[in-house]
Formats: sequence, C-alpha cells, structure tokens
Amino acid sequence: MSVRGGAIAEGSRWLRRQGRPGVAQGDAHAADQGIGQGIGSPPLPTGTGTAPAMPLPTALRAMKPPRLMRSAGFRFALLFAALFAGSAVALAAMLWWGTAGALNRQTDAAVRADVLALTERWRETGPTGLAESIDERLAGDVENETIYLLVDPEGRKLAGNLDRWPGNLPASEQWSQREIDREGLRAEARLRVENLPGGYRLLVGRDVEERERLRELLLEALIWSAGAVLAFALLGAWLVRRALEKRLLPTYATAAAIAGGDLGSRVPLSGRGDEFDRLASTMNAMLDRIARLMDGVRGVSDAIAHDLRTPIARARGRLEEALITASHEEDLRGAVERGIADLDGVTRVFQALLRIAEAEAGSRRAAFAPVDLSPLLADAAEYYAAEAEARGQQLQTDLPPELTLDGDRDLLIQAVANLLDNAVKFTPPGGTVRLEAATGGGVLRVAVTDEGPGIAAADRLRAGERFFRADAARTTPGSGLGLSLVQAVAHLHGGTLELLDAREDGERRGLRAVLVLPRG
Amino acid sequence: MRILLVEDDAEVARFVRKGLQEAGHLVEHAANGRDGLFLAASETFDLLMLDRMLPGGVDGVRLVETLRGQGNRTPVLFLSALSGVDERVKGLKAGGDDYLVKPFAFAELLARVEALGRRPAVDVPSTRLKVADLELDLLSRTVTRAGRRIEVQPREFRLLEHLMRHAGQVVTRTMLLEKVWDYHFDPQTNVIDVHVSRLRQKLDKGFDKPLIHTVRNAGYMIRAEA
Repeated sequence: MSVRGGAIAEGSRWLRRQGRPGVAQGDAHAADQGIGQGIGSPPLPTGTGTAPAMPLPTALRAMKPPRLMRSAGFRFALLFAALFAGSAVALAAMLWWGTAGALNRQTDAAVRADVLALTERWRETGPTGLAESIDERLAGDVENETIYLLVDPEGRKLAGNLDRWPGNLPASEQWSQREIDREGLRAEARLRVENLPGGYRLLVGRDVEERERLRELLLEALIWSAGAVLAFALLGAWLVRRALEKRLLPTYATAAAIAGGDLGSRVPLSGRGDEFDRLASTMNAMLDRIARLMDGVRGVSDAIAHDLRTPIARARGRLEEALITASHEEDLRGAVERGIADLDGVTRVFQALLRIAEAEAGSRRAAFAPVDLSPLLADAAEYYAAEAEARGQQLQTDLPPELTLDGDRDLLIQAVANLLDNAVKFTPPGGTVRLEAATGGGVLRVAVTDEGPGIAAADRLRAGERFFRADAARTTPGSGLGLSLVQAVAHLHGGTLELLDAREDGERRGLRAVLVLPRG
Repeated sequence: MRILLVEDDAEVARFVRKGLQEAGHLVEHAANGRDGLFLAASETFDLLMLDRMLPGGVDGVRLVETLRGQGNRTPVLFLSALSGVDERVKGLKAGGDDYLVKPFAFAELLARVEALGRRPAVDVPSTRLKVADLELDLLSRTVTRAGRRIEVQPREFRLLEHLMRHAGQVVTRTMLLEKVWDYHFDPQTNVIDVHVSRLRQKLDKGFDKPLIHTVRNAGYMIRAEA
C-alpha cells in the first residue's frame, strides 16, 4: 500500500513540475488523488514509489522504430516533400511562362508586324519599294537581329541580309525555327514566309541566338533550383520525422515503463499545449484512473486480508469449540446458530466492501440519472425516525421541496442511510438528530447532525478509511465501513464528505457530517 | 409447487433441493444452462430458479430471454453471486421476477419462492384485502379491525398491504425493504423491526388475538389464527 501510494504521489509531483497549469488535466486528478490519499492512508515518505520496473533502455529496445515505409513520420514527411516539390514545380512553370515564353511571344509578334507592314508596302509600291523599305529597316537595325529576304520568281535576291533562300522552308504563313547561314555565321532564327503576288516571296525572321542562350541559362537555373528543392524537401522530411519521433519518445517510454510494471510513470508534458500535450495529458488522466481502480482492488484485498479473517476466525473457533465441548444438542444448536450469524456478519461486511469498491471504481457513473433527493431524504428520515423514537431521540428534518441532481439513486440513499444510522446509533437518549439539505453555489449539501461523541480532529482524516473505528466507537456495534461508503459515494458524484464538530464547546461535541455534491 | 432449479454447484443445489422438498415442493434439477433451457421449454413448472452464471453456453439471463421470447411466463427467481446493482437490474430486465444474492438464508429463499409461486397469474384488481377481522380498503386507504377504524401512516399502510397480500406467507425483512421502501441494500440497523412493531401495536391494541407474527430467523407473517 505504501509503495503504491508513493508511486502515485511521485507521479503527480512530476506532473506538477512538468505540466503547464492550463493544460495539465492530469494535475486535477493528481490533486484529487492526493485528497483521497490523505484520507485513505497516513502521510507517506516520498520517493519510495519509483518501482523497480523494467530498465527503460531495454523497454525501448524492445520497441524497435518502425520500418521506413511503415513509419507515420516518414509518410508525413513524404507528403510534406511532395507538396513542397509540387509547389516548386508550379512556381517554375509560372516563371518559365512569364520569361522564356514571353520572349517567344514578343518575337513572334514583331515578325508578324513586320510581315504585315511589308506586305502593305508591296501593295503600295511593288518590288522596288519593298526592297527599299527592307534596306531601310536593315540599316536602322542596330541590334542586328532582324532577318529579311525578298526574292523574285526566279529565286534571285532583290533585298535582304541573307545570301540565298534557305531550303525546306514550310509553306506560307507558318512558323519555323531553324539554323541559317548569315553573313558567314550560323545562327538560330525564327522565320516566317509570305508569298507575294507575281511569284515574289518574302522571308521575315529574327535571330534568336541570344534569346536561346538566355533560355538555356534559365533552364539551367531551374534545374539547379529543382535539385535544391528536392534536397530541402528531403531535409525537411527528415526533420519532421525526427521531431515527431522525438515528441513521441516520452510517450513510448512511459507506455513501456507502465507495461514493465512501473505504474507511477507519467508522460511528461512539454508545456506547449499542443496535440502531443493533449495526448499526453489524456494518457495521464487514463493512467490516474487505472491507478485509482487498482487502489480500489488493492484496498479491498488488504481489507479482506486484515479484517475479514477476524470474524471468520471467531466463527470457526466457536463452531470448533462447540464440536469438541458441547454436551447437549441444545448447546450445539446454539453454537451453530451463532456461527451462522457470524457468517452473515462476514457476508454483510463483504457486501459493504464490494459496494464501496463499486462506487470507487466509478463504473456506475454511466448509469447516472436525474434524481430528486428531497423525497428520498424524507423517506430515509421517516425510516430512521422510528428507530430514533424507539431510542427516545428526536429526528428533525429541514428539506427544501426539490433537490435534483444527476446521480445514482441507490448509492445516494445508502450513503444518507449510513449517516443517519451512525447519528441515531451515537446520539444518547433524549438527544436530537437533524437531517438538513440545501442548495447554493452550484452544490447540494446534505447534512446530518448528531449529539454523539463526535470524531476527534486527529481521527477525522482517517474516518473514511475502511474499517477505521475511533476509540469512542469501539464499544458500539458496527463494521467501520459506513463512512467509507459515504465517502466513496461522494467521490463518485464528484463531491466530498466533510466531517465537522456540531458544537464548539461541551464534552459531547457531536458530529456534523456534510455530503457536498456538485449539481450537474 | 413444481420447481426447476438450474444451478451448477452441486452442494448448493442439494441443499436448496432438500429444503424445498421438505417444504413440500417438487424440485427438478439441471446442472447447466443448456439442460435447464431444454427442461424449462419442454415441461411445465410453477417456478424457475436460475443461477446467473451457468456452464453450457447458456447463462441465466440468456435462458430467461429465450423463454420469454417464446412466450413462456413462468416466474423466475435468480440466485446469483453477482451482487452489483447493475447485475440485479440486468437480471430483472431480462425477465426475472426476483433476484437473490448468494449467500442467502434458506428462510429468505423459501419466503421468496412462496411469494412468487403463489402469485396470481393475472392480477385481479381487488379493492379490499381481508385477514380475519382486519380489513384494508385500497380505495379509501383505510384500515379497520372488527369495524373499528385504525389510523396508520401512509408507509404503514403500504407495509400492511404487502403483508396482507402475502397473508399466510413469511415475508422477510429484506423483502419488506425492497418492496415497501424500494431500498436495495442492507441497512446496518434493523430499523424494519421498529416499524413492524409499531404497526403491530396499532393493530393489536384492544384485541386479544395478535395478527402479525414474528417468524424466528425469517421475518413476519400475517394470518388469522394465533
């Protein structure tokens, strides 16, 4: 028990240190756990809880990183790289269309304009005027980029800067791009042929050698940048994968440690409040819950070991004694009857323990339904009023007409019944027991006040512990489980059980037990 | 009464069977769910007593659901080691009529068996209950004995009504708690005795013949003769 308690305390401290206050959901649970712990057991030495689990490296080695294609990190990274490369390709295409493409379109437009203008000239002035016009244009071309050639029907040159009509030119009004001889140099040119009336032919073109060089440069640059993009994408992918793995590593480690038996281990929070922190705090909340369930189981087995053996031993002793020493059937019968009564007592304790465990496990929370406590409390008061009257006491009630909350009807009644049972049991004849209920501040309070001996402040924290009985209560019948159940029911409903003095002075201070239950 | 007991524990079965036979009932026993279902479906019984957890692939809840699905309305009493609130609800929802948690006192079992077995098949809506000279009017909610009006609290009225509906039968404290108060737990102090003795005082005051009798180690019974 102490080892377990320490482990939880250790875990929650770790959380508190690591966690950001806003996101550390585990913290609230840990604090809650802390309260339960405080009541459930004496203060524990710290640090005892780091259980001797499977050494972490072993646990991690057992969990090999996944194969490359199986790795989610790698797949994310690949997707990332593909998106990155895709956007780079789109950028390059836009760039190409905007530069190299624009140059081509410009050239074509200039040639088309030239053809149009020269054809017009031909119509106005005939071959001679056209030849003059071509010569003018050539003279005015400082960049030496334009190409013209006008030939007569026999193929003789009339004007232009080409020596002869190049072979294999496509038909009129079609574009062609090819190498031509020009003033002794080979040059790349874009050409267009216009057939003029009378068999004359006009060739208009532009030297695109320079532009081609520019395009090559551009292409080269794009290829280089594509390489860079790929390299960055891969690097990014690797980084993403590594970051994912790094963020998930503490989670693996914690899960491995838990699997190895160190139940106190919790996933550290990065404090960034991101998805991983959310996963971690959800996991921690789950682990806290599991720890609490295990506490419940352990509590029951501890209790069985310690406190069920006693009545069983008593019953066994009585029966054995009767078997050996009873001389009449009467004696034997009496002993058997007492034995059965003892066993019934054991059954009752057992049943109470199971109920407490049921409440503590919290599985009944799924069955919560709206309950109006007011008539239930009135019924319980009426039920116990008969007993109080028989003992010469008075049971007074002060209940509002309606007290609704979401809860477990049966467990709530049993909790209140346990409080009333205690109150009636400990109040002396002539005394008064009060059952009050009120709402306010989002909580519902059910208070049972008696005039009994009360519970000393020192014992109050332990009163909810299973089988705990204050010295003053040892002479009255009871199992020491009543308040444990009340407390478990309170916790199940997200509330608490407060134990207070009913009066400040006097020897009989009385007990005021308040069940504080949040509404909704 | 002809009773079918489906129980896999031989010792519990023997003890229950013997006790019921001594009380004058005929008991058939099946040790697993399959045999139990076969018997229950092929023969006529006045009452079925089923364990919740049974070997043979058919547990108690399945067995009842199957029978109810076939239109078999025989009363069913569950005997179970499963004591959770949910478990009881599950058993009753499946079609069980009563639920008794192991370990139980035989007197408790017998009282419940008789209460279930002698239940009228169709509830005849009667407006008056009568035991000897005691009369209970369910409409005006009044109690009279030998013509003299007796004042009772509403809860006492319900308590008396339950006892009178089972006149001549033992009604245990747990049964009263469940049926009159709807409490499904065992209060530590037997407050129920106080309620019964109060009622008894009111009924018997001024009369020489007591009507409510205490049955030792079992519970209470209301009947005419002393």
